[in-house]
Amino acid sequence: MLGFIIQRFIQAVLVMAVMSVIVFCGVYAIGNPIDIVIPPEATQEIREDAIRRLGLDRPLYEQYFIFISNLLQGDLGRSFVYNIPVLELIGGRLPATLELVLISVISATVLGVSLGIYAGYRPDSWVAKTIMAVSVLGFSVPSFWVGLILILTFAVNLGWLPAGGRGETVQIWGVAWSFPTLNGLSHIVLPAINLALFKLAMMIRLARAGTREIMLTDTIKFARAAGLSEGTILRRHLLKLISIPIITVFGLELGSTLAFAVVTETIFSWPGVGKLIIDSIGLLDRPVMVAYLILVAFLFVTINFVIDLVFALIDPRVRHGVSA
Amino acid sequence: MSSTSSPLSRFWTEFRENKIAVVALVVVIVLILVALFAAVISPQDPYDLAKLSLMDSRRPPGFVGTGGYTHLLGTDPQGRDLLSAIFYGLRISIQIGLAAGFVSLTIGTTLGILAAYRGGWIEALIMRLVDLQLSFPAILLALVIVALLGQGKVQLIGALVAAQYAYFARTAYGAAKAERGKDYIEAALAIPLSGRLVAIRHLLPNCMPPLIVVATVQIANSISLEATLSFLGLGLPVTEPSLGMLISNGFPYMMSGRYWISVYPGVALIILIVAINVVGDQVRDQFNPRLRK
Repeated sequence: MLGFIIQRFIQAVLVMAVMSVIVFCGVYAIGNPIDIVIPPEATQEIREDAIRRLGLDRPLYEQYFIFISNLLQGDLGRSFVYNIPVLELIGGRLPATLELVLISVISATVLGVSLGIYAGYRPDSWVAKTIMAVSVLGFSVPSFWVGLILILTFAVNLGWLPAGGRGETVQIWGVAWSFPTLNGLSHIVLPAINLALFKLAMMIRLARAGTREIMLTDTIKFARAAGLSEGTILRRHLLKLISIPIITVFGLELGSTLAFAVVTETIFSWPGVGKLIIDSIGLLDRPVMVAYLILVAFLFVTINFVIDLVFALIDPRVRHGVSA
Repeated sequence: MSSTSSPLSRFWTEFRENKIAVVALVVVIVLILVALFAAVISPQDPYDLAKLSLMDSRRPPGFVGTGGYTHLLGTDPQGRDLLSAIFYGLRISIQIGLAAGFVSLTIGTTLGILAAYRGGWIEALIMRLVDLQLSFPAILLALVIVALLGQGKVQLIGALVAAQYAYFARTAYGAAKAERGKDYIEAALAIPLSGRLVAIRHLLPNCMPPLIVVATVQIANSISLEATLSFLGLGLPVTEPSLGMLISNGFPYMMSGRYWISVYPGVALIILIVAINVVGDQVRDQFNPRLRK
């Protein structure tokens, strides 16, 4: 077990190292940010001074090593545009994104797994067919388009819910959150539905496929033969057996939802990290882009690592190294 | 079903049984024809700025503009006839989807088969890279690459390919790995045919069915991803609006109730994507031996 953890940990560190090189080189190949940072009428001296100050005169590999050594000390540099530490900039926006992503993924999972189990349990009922039709739509229709329709329907035509922004926030431990206030909650609803729809479709399919397969196995037959009620079988046995793929996907989706929040945040003017990165790409604000990508990569690697650990805890085959 | 019929006609007989898939296929064909003949059937050339009049901008469906004809779906903020813009937008979306799909298919299949066929460190290197990339969301990758390469058709296709080739590589690798150990490959190698010839003439054709399925799904995904990038303002230049760009252009006017600028191009986009997906689903089911009756 310990060997397994150490092996996975070394892998994760390696992946992070490779990602940091790729991201750094990739982002630093884009344009010349100097033209954006200083006005065009600036003298040559000011220009060169700015280049030196931002460290852009050094060779790329040197810039990379400076970046890495700073990174390891928790310093991701300063934004060219806002001139504040990047970590502060992203940290300030992160709660908004986290709030949105967590609400979406958790509600999509809870709802999706329940609907999926039902659809798999009674595959021929019309309810199951409706659920599956909705899930096909959730897969096919681009997420930004769903966002537009949500705004058009519920904000413009019906006027029930606000179309953008975070609404009232409450300070908890010095961080602003929207969900505790009724007004804030009403602002979350539409973007959360928008972000959750794809995940919901995926969870439904996953839970349905798992349920259909497992309902035919001996485990369920024996449980029935033992006289357990259907409810108990579903809760105690089925749920446990379909949980492995669901936990994996839940973890992976948490990461990809964070990335996809870029689209939802842009549509609903949600002041999170996604909107920040879109703005930064437009403004060639390199430190912000690099920091964001490194953070997302870090998050992905951490999530994968945690999933492997959870796997090992749930599945004895992985724990003891039988069949990889 | 006669046993002498060709695989293609057998495939078609089976395909025909699913009425929804047939309708979807017809829709896809009609949309491709519309895209091909956009210049002939459009009431207006939406790229010819000289023909656009700001007098006609943001008019509702059914408005008769300065051109003297009815704008069936209304006009956009630049005064383009929306119906024409959608026809031309379809053309761009399909073009980009096909181009990105085809290039990803070629690159991904080559890498996947190479990895499965050669084995050793080549296999380890390619597949590790592919796995690493698959764990990363495609949208983020495409976003960074578009930001890196700048805007334009070629750059956009490059970004889509970079975001999607890994799916083909994974599929081709899996299929080729399974075929590799079979007797006919051993026999061909024993004749002896050269390794390259065996890979191209014998291994590749037998890996095609799953790749075709991935290709249909990925073309739909490319189209959707392109629309998303264009919506975020990172896609194609404004002068040749794709469907995503048209939707994006109309977005600011939605709040004031001018829904048609965004809604109609969106409807066209969704019909296209859903139809391709339905056809792809049916093809996948037919290729899946587990679902075979």
